[in-house]
Amino acid sequence: MHIDLFLTCVNDALFPATGQATVRLLERLGHTVGFNPAQTCCGQMHLNTGYRDDALDLVRKFVRDFKDSEVVVMPSGSCAAMVRELYAEAARWAGDDELLKDVEDLAPRVFELSEFLVNKLGVTDVGAYYPHRVTYHPTCHAMRALRVGDAPLQLLRNVRGMTLVELEGANECCGFGGTFAVKNPDVSAAMLTDKARHIIDTGAEACTAGDNSCLLHIGGGLHRLRSGARTVHLAEILASTEQEVFI
Amino acid sequence: MSDHGGLHPAQPFPAAAREQVVKAQLRANLRKVTTTIRAKRANVVEELPHWEQLRTLGAATKDASLVNLSDRLLQLEQSVRARGGYVHWARDAKEARDLVARIAQAHGVDELIKVKSITSDEIELNKALEERGIHAVETDLAELIVQLSNDRPSHILVPAIHRNRAEIQALFNAELPGEGALSDNPAELAGAARRYLRHKFLTTKMAVSGVNFAVAETGTVCVVESEGNGRMCLTLPEVLVSIMGIEKVLEKVEDISVFMELLPRSSTAERMNPYNSFWTGVTPGDGPQEFHLILLDNGRTNVLADEFGRQTLRCIRCSACLNVCPVYERAGGHAYGSVYPGPIGAILTPQLLGMHDKNANTLPGASSLCGACYDVCPVKINIPQVLIYLRTEANLQKGLTAEALAMKGLKFMMSEGWRFEGALKLARVGQGPLVRGDAIPSLPGMLGGWTQSRDLRPFPKEGFRDWWKGRSQGTGPADVNAAPPETVQKAEDGPIPPQKKEGGQFDAEPPREDTL
Repeated sequence: MHIDLFLTCVNDALFPATGQATVRLLERLGHTVGFNPAQTCCGQMHLNTGYRDDALDLVRKFVRDFKDSEVVVMPSGSCAAMVRELYAEAARWAGDDELLKDVEDLAPRVFELSEFLVNKLGVTDVGAYYPHRVTYHPTCHAMRALRVGDAPLQLLRNVRGMTLVELEGANECCGFGGTFAVKNPDVSAAMLTDKARHIIDTGAEACTAGDNSCLLHIGGGLHRLRSGARTVHLAEILASTEQEVFI
Repeated sequence: MSDHGGLHPAQPFPAAAREQVVKAQLRANLRKVTTTIRAKRANVVEELPHWEQLRTLGAATKDASLVNLSDRLLQLEQSVRARGGYVHWARDAKEARDLVARIAQAHGVDELIKVKSITSDEIELNKALEERGIHAVETDLAELIVQLSNDRPSHILVPAIHRNRAEIQALFNAELPGEGALSDNPAELAGAARRYLRHKFLTTKMAVSGVNFAVAETGTVCVVESEGNGRMCLTLPEVLVSIMGIEKVLEKVEDISVFMELLPRSSTAERMNPYNSFWTGVTPGDGPQEFHLILLDNGRTNVLADEFGRQTLRCIRCSACLNVCPVYERAGGHAYGSVYPGPIGAILTPQLLGMHDKNANTLPGASSLCGACYDVCPVKINIPQVLIYLRTEANLQKGLTAEALAMKGLKFMMSEGWRFEGALKLARVGQGPLVRGDAIPSLPGMLGGWTQSRDLRPFPKEGFRDWWKGRSQGTGPADVNAAPPETVQKAEDGPIPPQKKEGGQFDAEPPREDTL
């Protein structure tokens, strides 16, 4: 299958390794991957912060960039949820019927990485090897908006060499919430403190998730606490093999 | 007191939350109670295999009533009058509390009893009555605790969620006459409250209640509660005044049945409420002989008029969204500054007041958009979506702020792939002074909130796009979307304009110095 990668702006700016891992993983599974260099951002930050008109420009751009794609895969639950859940709403709020039609046409072809592998391709063992103790944080949008279910866990359970440990309060938000972390820093920090404490309590070397924006937040907290625990994107674990452990 | 009553927050949410979030005892109390109710709710909901269908039915039933609200209300008015009751219309909080005071004065009462009612808190009824020399006695145990301590409710269902046993012991010993020294035993404390209230039930002539549901077809009014105090108030006094938000009306008696499944499981995590009271007008010789129904608007028709915000009026005040909200759990109800706290308050309060209210319009920002509230809502109010919708409505009121300009700048940068790539190259160079070791520990200006408790990872030395261009020069698999080789060779010179493909898939525009 030919898969178009939507890297996401956060990954483009701060986590190039996640994009590389996603490409390597999909190619290892026998697919070809395309990267349209015109792509930038899904517009989630603008829409969620209350800048609908600015967001709509980016929504239209996304639709333009990917309307001919067979499938679009992105290593981010929140960006996939934005496209699948909120693009249509944004078009309705703007009263743009033409955009709504385009969105309804494109959205079903857009997937978060783990749901694409498990729910669309039916693959749960990607032949990964990752010799570390890891705990998994299910991100809110993947869990509640996309309903990816235990797709990421099915993939992680088949990673060789890895010890997967359960995270207390796993289903609770880490407190990132995009600009929420900046505009409500006190509440966000209180949520992060609880999440970080639970991660440290697992004794894991790394916390993984399907979304680098959440991991940026969690990792920033763990780093500030000098905890020694780090964060790693799910794609990087799944791309690792005995020949090449990604991190 | 404002015309809107107890809705208006005294300060913006972030500032109010900052004061609350540091209270360790409050945090511990909130965590304990919400965690307990959350688990119990999940259990009783799981028992029902058709829960999702019930939610859909609940939402549809409320929507059907809201679509024809004016007809339903006129029908309700007629039905109540036909059964011997009086109906009054109140445009705002002031009109509603004046109505209650006038009825009380007409009967010469200087004390009345109350069933727990957020609508009465919304109109600041107790305070208004007190100013006219009429004392309102709360008969719900938690409401009584809040009232005796001159506090405000912190939760829709558990108003005294923020108070612990020792605080209540001290309060009752100071405020309940003739009880002697009480221990902190919950049964002993409840017993003291019961004796105090029993006397009030038997000696007070007038009662005020809220309304959970009203039926247009029959004029029947319904209150659900757990302690039996409501049943006492609704049956013993001679005069009963019920205040309802206009969104509480349903068409038929059968409509109530679906909410009798949805409401108790969602709110108290019970299969059925201990007390469900229904009354229709007046019945000679049985119950209150004078019944007044006050229909309160107080901003609700404005909410109704908004196509996207309207679903907020489906709310049946179960408080399930409060119990799962991570923001509520840390900040508590007082941070929301209104009688409606939590996720539902974050969308209801600003809509009732209007999005121009500069404190209330910070409430839609009081959420990380985790979506837990939508999952548990028994009437499927898509709270995260309404929050996002209202954030735009709030920003439109604020005009061109620094944040709005920053967002415009970011959008401009992200409107073209090459522009974004160029900006990232600049950022890699420009971040130098901020980087300490392997992290950025402090950010300036608007972004300072981030580094208050988190480090930021620096921009990496090599971007994904550089890697992608490198491998597409022949080593990687066939790649239809990669930039042509001649572009790659120029990569070191700066940002690369995307190449226009056949069919015009990419927007091509040459990079201009002045746009970077």
